[in-house]
Amino acid sequence: MINQRKLVIEPDHAEKNYWKDLWLFRELFYILSRRDITARYKQTVLGFVWALIRPLLTMIVFTIVFGKLAKLPTEGTAPYAILVFAAMLPWQFFAASLSEASNSLIGNAQLITKVYFPRLIIPTSSVITCCVDFLISLAILIPVMMYYRFAPTVNIFALPVFLLMAFAAALGMGLYIGSLNVKYRDFRHVVPFMVQFGLYVSPVGFSSAIIPEQYRLLYNLNPLVAVIDGFRWAIIGQGLSMYWPGFFLSLGVISLFLYLGIKKFRSMEKSFADMI
Amino acid sequence: MSDIVIKAEGLSKAYTITHQRKPGTVTMREALSHRAKNALSRLRTQQWLSHDTDEQFWALKDVGFEIRRGERVGIVGRNGAGKSTLLKILSRITNPTGGRAEITGRVASLLEVGTGFHPELTGRENIFLNGAILGMSRTEIKNKFDEIVAFAEVEQFLDTPVKKYSSGMYVRLAFAVAAHLESEILIVDEVLAVGDASFQQKCLGKMQDVSTQSDRTILFVSHNVTAIQTLCNKGILLTKGGIQTMGDIGSVVNEYFSNSHHCSMRNEWDLDTAPGNDAIRVKKVEVLPESNASIIDVTTPLRIVTDFLICQDGVTINAMSMVLKNTKGDCIFGTFTECGFTQGLNKAGVQIPGNLLNDDTYTIDFYYATGTTIVYLHQDCVVFQVNDIPRKASMALNKWAGAVRPTLQWDCISGTDGS
Repeated sequence: MINQRKLVIEPDHAEKNYWKDLWLFRELFYILSRRDITARYKQTVLGFVWALIRPLLTMIVFTIVFGKLAKLPTEGTAPYAILVFAAMLPWQFFAASLSEASNSLIGNAQLITKVYFPRLIIPTSSVITCCVDFLISLAILIPVMMYYRFAPTVNIFALPVFLLMAFAAALGMGLYIGSLNVKYRDFRHVVPFMVQFGLYVSPVGFSSAIIPEQYRLLYNLNPLVAVIDGFRWAIIGQGLSMYWPGFFLSLGVISLFLYLGIKKFRSMEKSFADMI
Repeated sequence: MSDIVIKAEGLSKAYTITHQRKPGTVTMREALSHRAKNALSRLRTQQWLSHDTDEQFWALKDVGFEIRRGERVGIVGRNGAGKSTLLKILSRITNPTGGRAEITGRVASLLEVGTGFHPELTGRENIFLNGAILGMSRTEIKNKFDEIVAFAEVEQFLDTPVKKYSSGMYVRLAFAVAAHLESEILIVDEVLAVGDASFQQKCLGKMQDVSTQSDRTILFVSHNVTAIQTLCNKGILLTKGGIQTMGDIGSVVNEYFSNSHHCSMRNEWDLDTAPGNDAIRVKKVEVLPESNASIIDVTTPLRIVTDFLICQDGVTINAMSMVLKNTKGDCIFGTFTECGFTQGLNKAGVQIPGNLLNDDTYTIDFYYATGTTIVYLHQDCVVFQVNDIPRKASMALNKWAGAVRPTLQWDCISGTDGS
């Protein structure tokens, strides 16, 4: 059976084939992420256990420093540890995804200059890799909740929605910064700074309820605020209310970031091989 | 007439070379400061800062061709002619600046051996990784897995991380995966020049199988011109970003050679400018391939003739010799004759049989002598090129070693009782 697929190569051709190509090359999403995960734990003794240690340790440190020493208030009836953990999960996923996605293109320079496949797969598969880490960390939540004898409510089924929001936020920003990073290598240094800054600006160590009412909506311009609030609402449930206006604002902001990110990526994609 | 699978029209690719800044990466600081300078200078002089430090370099200019299904096209040219750029454009890795190409069918590109290999992963894992990156589906790779491993001869080391492989093993494995790609169009860029001699032979053999068996269209770039002549039936010669000539592979290769070496197979002079001395003036030296063949190859018998005038009284030439040298200056052989030449116009010719010379570029020295005294030495009077011929499918494709390549008589006795 001869493949009669016709392809046109032109300087500014919009490439109607692009989205079809993404489907054709779909196995690469899985393969590239599997490559990164497998390579990460090669020649280690503990292997994937490392994926559990980091969120656990951060949670312990935050609980001691912010909960016991600084005595920041918790929300509802949940123990502080769970409050922090519920926020750590999406935050670490977002921070890792953003860093990985921004550097993914440069890290795979060899592939970009020698093989063709839709380049969108590269940053997306790096976010998928971080998803896997997220799922492992999510697994820790179960023994932690059992320790505090804290049962989740039906809200927990909303978790995938907030996960998807975090995925979209990280992907959108990662695509935008990642594309710029190919041309201007400065962005490699900008991202760690953004992540550091974001950790204190986002309600990870504290609850967003402490923000004064008149600034609450403005605060939700940070897309992570709604995501973290959402995670807390989903995991803790009782005694916690979700700030819905903020949620919809963040949804809008995330969609905008995703759109801008994809647009920027697609416009710069053709010259990646020349600039990298 | 089979249908056209690749059609290119006016393909061009330009790169901007900046001379002032560091090539390659630009930092935002530099870009911003350049903009600021621009803005300031505009306010002052109403003129943008000139970009005369930017140069437009055309790697490809106006390249157009048609390739039909089943053709095996060899792309030749000097380094920097634009061969790799053309392949990159056809493989969709880089975008053309102008022009258009239409491709029908699935394209598999092999621009580098071992693309995407991860050093920490094992051989087995890398086969799946590399295969997927090159466009093979998981089931395809599974089906061909044993063939790939057998070709690469790394069965014993399948589960060791690739970083532990020797360079030869690495390259064998990488090529093995790529060699089993199934697609209608295959684009190969100079990847066959890897590994040791026996591996090269294996690779070239595999390429031959691939090219002769199926109806596949192949675009092949290599500096091993013998390989190109054997594997391909059509050729494209690129020079400085444009197509110099296109057509049958033999004539394309010949033109490629005559570009790189300045050949003058026939030299003729007027009496006043003729080389020589008071005793002798050489009027003409010419290389005549038998039956006026346009291309001299290793099988062509040659006749070298020289017309010369003995113009001084009492001078006689009774011996002549010819020395054949290659362009490096090595003497290949010398030959002489004892003929008598007298006053006036004389002609001498020497026959070089076919199947003696190796493929190379040669020059000739003629010695005109009386007894043991050399009357005149005419150095480098002609330059000519002897080309290789396509080889049989079973033979290796590397450059034939040796100063000469004679066809000699062999006698062989196959298995007897030994009594």
